[in-house]
Amino acid sequence: MSDQALPTRSAPRLPSIPGVAIMLVALSMGFALASPGFLSAGNLSNILVQSVILLLLALPMTLIIMTEGLDLSMGAVLTLASLVLAIIVVSTKSLLLGLGGAVAVGVAFGLVNGWLVSTLAIPPFVATLGTLGAAQGLALIVSDGQSVVGIPRFVRQVYSGDVMGIPTPVLIGAGFYALFHVLLYHTRFGTYVCALGGNRDALTLAGVKWRRLLISVYALGGAMAGVAALLMTARMNAGHPTAAIGMEFDAIAAVALGGTSFERGNGWIFGTLMGVLTVGILRNGLNLMAVPSSVQVACIGGLVIFALFLDSIRGAKS
Amino acid sequence: MSMASDVSTGAPRFHLSKDVQQVLYRLLATGLICLALSIATDAFFTANNILNVLRQASLLFFLASGLTLVILTGGLDLSVGANIGLSACFAATVIKATGSPALGTLAGLATGLVVGICNGLMVAKLRIPSFIATYGMLWVLHGITYYYMAGESIHGFPPGFRQIGSGYFLGIPIPVYLMVIFLLAGTFFAQRTVWGQQIYAIGANPVAARLTGIPVNRRLILVYAFSGAMAGVASIVFLARLNSAEGDIGEAMTLPAIAAVLIGGASLFGGVGSVFGTFIGALILTLVLNGMNLLAINANWQPLVTGFIVVFAVWLDMYGRKKT
Repeated sequence: MSDQALPTRSAPRLPSIPGVAIMLVALSMGFALASPGFLSAGNLSNILVQSVILLLLALPMTLIIMTEGLDLSMGAVLTLASLVLAIIVVSTKSLLLGLGGAVAVGVAFGLVNGWLVSTLAIPPFVATLGTLGAAQGLALIVSDGQSVVGIPRFVRQVYSGDVMGIPTPVLIGAGFYALFHVLLYHTRFGTYVCALGGNRDALTLAGVKWRRLLISVYALGGAMAGVAALLMTARMNAGHPTAAIGMEFDAIAAVALGGTSFERGNGWIFGTLMGVLTVGILRNGLNLMAVPSSVQVACIGGLVIFALFLDSIRGAKS
Repeated sequence: MSMASDVSTGAPRFHLSKDVQQVLYRLLATGLICLALSIATDAFFTANNILNVLRQASLLFFLASGLTLVILTGGLDLSVGANIGLSACFAATVIKATGSPALGTLAGLATGLVVGICNGLMVAKLRIPSFIATYGMLWVLHGITYYYMAGESIHGFPPGFRQIGSGYFLGIPIPVYLMVIFLLAGTFFAQRTVWGQQIYAIGANPVAARLTGIPVNRRLILVYAFSGAMAGVASIVFLARLNSAEGDIGEAMTLPAIAAVLIGGASLFGGVGSVFGTFIGALILTLVLNGMNLLAINANWQPLVTGFIVVFAVWLDMYGRKKT
């Protein structure tokens, strides 16, 4: 792992108050008391499975936010990729081609995002808001506003199948989590990503082509949206032109709850995992209590603002 | 950039040459689009269509003018579209419950204002970056609105109220008069009052502004409150025009509003831009979308084109900066 001369970053120390851990435990206890079905094995496995799509988006979003960036287009790109995947799979019956198409769409949008942010120096939230509009428009155009149905069974298996009793999505999620952990903490790329947010000048001085690096971070986000599109399509058994609209918000929420800072470039990949589970548990628990989805969104919005408030206090202290 | 020094020296309040140049370019672009559309389609250069464009531009302008002040301070308000939804639904409820359009209008404006003040407090007092604070607010508002409406819609308002959105006076739509009033008031406020100039100064150089003794926090809260209130105004006109309130009423308007401000020449880095520029920006964007309609281009292309225009406008701004 550390065959390079660079000092590799080991997993960072826990922040003084891992607020997200407290939130996670408190929420779980609250829901366990409020609804008896919450702690059943079936439901817990459900939470994990349902959180995987979010995790696939939140992992690269962590890296993007660490570079002091943001990707608002992820939900729309996921939607578009899911439609492309559905169309390809329905017509060619090939899962690989479909996945390839979805990832290609994601990477294309990621490259555009990265190019706008790095080369043209457009503030990320506006650049990706623009590409959000583009992806949303394209999603409506390729689908003509209709759902793409007739997804073959082998695609659905990706979401509903299991390997030795462990649901396939959970395995996929675990695999990508491990990948991102290694990528961020044990590779040169990860070290550079940390520096992108914290100290870009140092990178320039070190002779690193940081623009290219930044583009690849956004491209990675797009690629992951493509992978998530596979699970999304398999889960919904259709491609739908508004399927994942707003999904980027859950991802940003998970990253913010996980303690990654929007302003200082320090991120915590395990925190993101806990943030994802917090959002997943919140949605699941509120579902069990028959709280409408709209209220869930408002709750998550409130939580995010609270998390950001805590972050800004921490920032003021340090 | 040099706006801050203008405040202290009392020099002319805007750089005539550069500002006039910018405005002229944009007027020229507007003229060219009009010319192209007149040639491309017979339906464009008719009194009806021109008035239609102006009315559509007015809705966009209400939203974008408030947003202009926020962007002048170097911030962003992503919650304006969701704010329209909530304000319109509350206004509709009050009109239905009391039968009084005046009370309903007041409720809509108040809702918008309160949301704006919350945004301002988050940005000024809690020090949360504006784009993410208002992004969180966007989803909170969505949640509240959808929960409150539960998929229903409220429709059928008194004819007097509907005049605000669909009435005419001397052959010109009433929203257009409102737009002119807000344009004059907004321009006067931004260019000719101390508070307006302080807003420019904050965007140009926040640290210098603070050191000069400008109450930065209070001005920040003011601009977000203003942006919220203008979303309230937009919601009332929208409501009166549609004669129906639904949860998703303003959802698709955030991106066009931002686009209008940026086309108008405002810089996302603050300190540069004007309410009049935003007016032209709203006009240009409306013309483009109207032209696409007339040319029978599928409406699904609109978000794509708007997104492209946003990115292009920001790039122009960045490019201009690099050169100077």
